[in-house]
Amino acid sequence: MTAALAELWPFLVLITVGFLPNEIWRALGLVLARGLNEDSEIVMWSRAVATATLAGVIAKLLLFSNGSLAAIPLSVRLGAAVIGFIVFLVARRSVFAGVAAGEVLLLAGGYLFAN
Amino acid sequence: MPGTGPLPMTFHSKTAAYLGGIRAACMSVFLVVLAGTYIGLGALAHDFGLSAFWLMLSTLLVWAAPAQVILISGIGTGAALLEVALAVTLSGIRLFPMVVALLPLVRDRDTRLRDLLLPTHFTSVSMWVESLRILPQLSPEHRLAFCNGLSTGYMGAAVSFGFVGYYLAAGLPPLLAATLLFLTPLSFLISTARNARIMMDKLALGLGLSLGALLTVMNLQFDLMWAGVGGGTLAYAIHRVREAMA
Repeated sequence: MTAALAELWPFLVLITVGFLPNEIWRALGLVLARGLNEDSEIVMWSRAVATATLAGVIAKLLLFSNGSLAAIPLSVRLGAAVIGFIVFLVARRSVFAGVAAGEVLLLAGGYLFAN
Repeated sequence: MPGTGPLPMTFHSKTAAYLGGIRAACMSVFLVVLAGTYIGLGALAHDFGLSAFWLMLSTLLVWAAPAQVILISGIGTGAALLEVALAVTLSGIRLFPMVVALLPLVRDRDTRLRDLLLPTHFTSVSMWVESLRILPQLSPEHRLAFCNGLSTGYMGAAVSFGFVGYYLAAGLPPLLAATLLFLTPLSFLISTARNARIMMDKLALGLGLSLGALLTVMNLQFDLMWAGVGGGTLAYAIHRVREAMA
């Protein structure tokens, strides 16, 4: 590999492996969203699928964490997420309260039980 | 809620709506979320030897934290590029229904296609969740400008915090780095729950979580796609049946 190519390589990867495979779905949405209104059945279904896909990503990130989060035991990660969610419900649906509670628990649990 | 008196948020011009969007971004809980997520991503990019400029470009072009996590860790661990591309595209599927659900909200009768290019590219979880909550309270002619302002604010914050994380990375202890990475799933979970207005949204969230966990544990291929399409369709079907019976 020449020096110039070696320097450009990460950017080529960014475009072909990061940008294009991701952007294609936005482009497809733009093409298919024309002429639909916000209450139409396909938009309702799309919202349900988007929410469920996002929920799937959340489950995946919690169960199979990577990087430094992987060093925190699964039970601590799940416990912090569940209790954070309960705090959110109890604290009049305050996102901030729920996130703060979950984070504090993860920090404490990680400190006590880190692998 | 149409017909319930004056709109809670009114603007005198499109510029004012755009600036209002930036202000809404700065005051939203997602700013904290983006800060945590992108500080974590900056640290990750630094650890894997990518440049700070590369990270900025990936934020501007990809603009989806899960895809960026996959991309950076994939490049960093030397995974096969085709495999990384497939994982990125699977994580990006959720953007398709998001765009389909968002555009009818920002579109006016005389909106041109090229005006929709920006909100289309800007579509991401944080912007989508906030747009679906706030846009219905705005008059239709100001929604596009507000949405672009909101996204500009979020994207600017993400780029800035990416730099912060990149240059913090050297000194960040592992436990704090883990806490930052935990912000992504935790805040996505709770903010999606707050955004769940009707039973269908709550069902989709619950079904997506359980199916996502189940299929990932089973190590099924395309698990994310099945969790999303399966869980979402089931939630939609239950919603239709309940409506028909009511």
